[in-house]
Amino acid sequence: MTLQPQHISEKLGQAGYVADRDLAMALSLMQMLGRPLLLEGEAGVGKTEVAKALAAVHGTELIRLQCYEGLGRADALYEWNYQRQLLAIQARAASGLTLAEDDVFTERYLLERPLLKAIRQEKPPVLLVDEVDRADEEFEAFLLELLSDFQVSVPELGTIRSRSIPFVVLTSNGTREISDALRRRCLYHYVEFPDADREAAIISARLPQISTTLALQIARAMEKIRKEDLRKVPGIAETLDWSAALLGFRISDLRSDPETVYATMKCLLKTQEDSSRISPEVVARILGKVA
Amino acid sequence: MICCQTPDTDVLGAVGDAALRRIAGFVSLLRQHGFSTGLAETQDAARIAANMADSKPARIKSAFRSLFCSRASDWKAFDALFELHWLGTGLKRAIKVGGSAASSPQTSLGPQGGPPSSRAGGTELADAIESEGEGNDADGTEGTAEGASQTEISGSVDFRKIADPDALAKAHAAAERLARVMRARLTRRERQRRRGRAIDLRATIQRNAAHGGVPLDLAYRKRKDKPLRIILLLDASGSMQLYTAVFTRFIHGMLENFQEAEAFVFHTRLAHVSSAMRERNATRALERLSLMSQGVGGGTRIGECLGDFNQWHAKRVLNSRSCVIILSDGYDTGDPERLGEELRRLRRRCRRIVWLNPMMGWEGYAPEARAMKAALPHIDVLASAHSLDSLAALEPLLAKI
Repeated sequence: MTLQPQHISEKLGQAGYVADRDLAMALSLMQMLGRPLLLEGEAGVGKTEVAKALAAVHGTELIRLQCYEGLGRADALYEWNYQRQLLAIQARAASGLTLAEDDVFTERYLLERPLLKAIRQEKPPVLLVDEVDRADEEFEAFLLELLSDFQVSVPELGTIRSRSIPFVVLTSNGTREISDALRRRCLYHYVEFPDADREAAIISARLPQISTTLALQIARAMEKIRKEDLRKVPGIAETLDWSAALLGFRISDLRSDPETVYATMKCLLKTQEDSSRISPEVVARILGKVA
Repeated sequence: MICCQTPDTDVLGAVGDAALRRIAGFVSLLRQHGFSTGLAETQDAARIAANMADSKPARIKSAFRSLFCSRASDWKAFDALFELHWLGTGLKRAIKVGGSAASSPQTSLGPQGGPPSSRAGGTELADAIESEGEGNDADGTEGTAEGASQTEISGSVDFRKIADPDALAKAHAAAERLARVMRARLTRRERQRRRGRAIDLRATIQRNAAHGGVPLDLAYRKRKDKPLRIILLLDASGSMQLYTAVFTRFIHGMLENFQEAEAFVFHTRLAHVSSAMRERNATRALERLSLMSQGVGGGTRIGECLGDFNQWHAKRVLNSRSCVIILSDGYDTGDPERLGEELRRLRRRCRRIVWLNPMMGWEGYAPEARAMKAALPHIDVLASAHSLDSLAALEPLLAKI
């Protein structure tokens, strides 16, 4: 049964993720069409969070595969626990028993890695392939094959077919261009920074004790800060950090204490260049506009 | 693929002939605009239309956008295209009215992609199916062939002497293809050379557990694969005008195909143009590029621009397997000493600096300009780049890195 977009929005809200309508639609389509979803967008817009929230929506497990340069089948799919195999062989030999090859190539000696684990679940899990652009081209081709067949062949065991088709979410940061074939296979959603109202809703959802006015002020300030010419644009995680910091200093209005506000901006500006660009004067200008 | 395993012809029938034709038309519009979508996407679009016939157009737009887009530039272009195609005549009506003609005429959309129906209903879809294999790029990749031999232009003709616009367009396309072919060969060579020497003991034991631990099949330690990275710096000043267009196409091809390549354009200041050049449609990429690189005032300040590069970009884009290619005629209105100094700093950071000066191909040219003289001690290769042949000659230089 495909969940309707409104329904997904609601459930995402309960899971603490404030989604826009387009994203809810994309998540609904994933289920309708059985396709993976590729998320792109700047760092810190909450791409990884989507997968976590999706797992909560479907009440299922989240299996995460973090990609990196040199990631191969052994780390992503399966590996034989060969130390244990050797031990078993030696133990049997010592006790004078013979051992057939089939005895050491069984489930007991198989180390399940995320991809294999994902296709062997009874209940379809959410499989998050994070930062797929960091993996090599060869791995991408392999992933493509897995995503269209959902079966894996282990030479010693035979072909393992999926018990259920997982919800696959891929994220990319643009470290390198990923192939057209993989892109075409996927649904696509470009995650943008939320507008001020939605960001305020996110802050309120994550920090329930914050006042609505402060949340909205922070969200508006963030909107202005992101428009400054920064090298590293602060993401939503940074917004939440900053909100928590302001809350910790018991600030209820951004304009009441510009000095503390300026000092807590360490949560947002992560390079020396950026912090010198956002001077106290710039902060004053931004704060003047958030009321 | 789900949709192929369960050919729900009922669903497709429910959408109806007219709506399917409209969808096929939309798909071909998208393809014309550089979207890479195949037959499976068209089928899924029909499923969406069937499931969401009662929804508002905005919802269907959002569903189609998720389905058809596959990169950020698609995402930005989609809304306009959708409105162009659908909202002129009403999306909802097309889907609903189409539903009444559900006499299952659309067998040609079946999962086996059987013979396209010759009926009027099937023709547009059939067109879409036929054009599917051709890829979406007008000047598509000819994977194996030598790029240059595809056209009648002799490789040795100087770009500035090609006057006929058609011939020039061909030369541009050839330059782009050349860049693509180069990539395939460079990466293969890299792989050939990468065979490691030392035995990887751990991997050997693991691999030979099947033989009871007898090392029959040796595993070698591999060198960590650090791909060749190419950084292109293009001089877009007035004196380079005749060559800029063809170099941009060359860069476009490079960027699309090298995993790690970055492009910058400079004249009086430096602009990072990789994002514009990653646009797949070459013409649109050029438009964006020219917007980004519009200069202020005249002259070329190569030294200062390199200084900017060293200060702001070098740390991020350079590594030990980087090759910096500067495409410039070396007419610098800035201080030559500054240029020498910046090149020296740059040299310490990358593997190789290649300076491509199109004027090297001119008869009787010697690098006499003060800037070129200042630069010479710091660059590894000074080559001409005035014709297709000379661009092709670059390949061995890069292969040795």
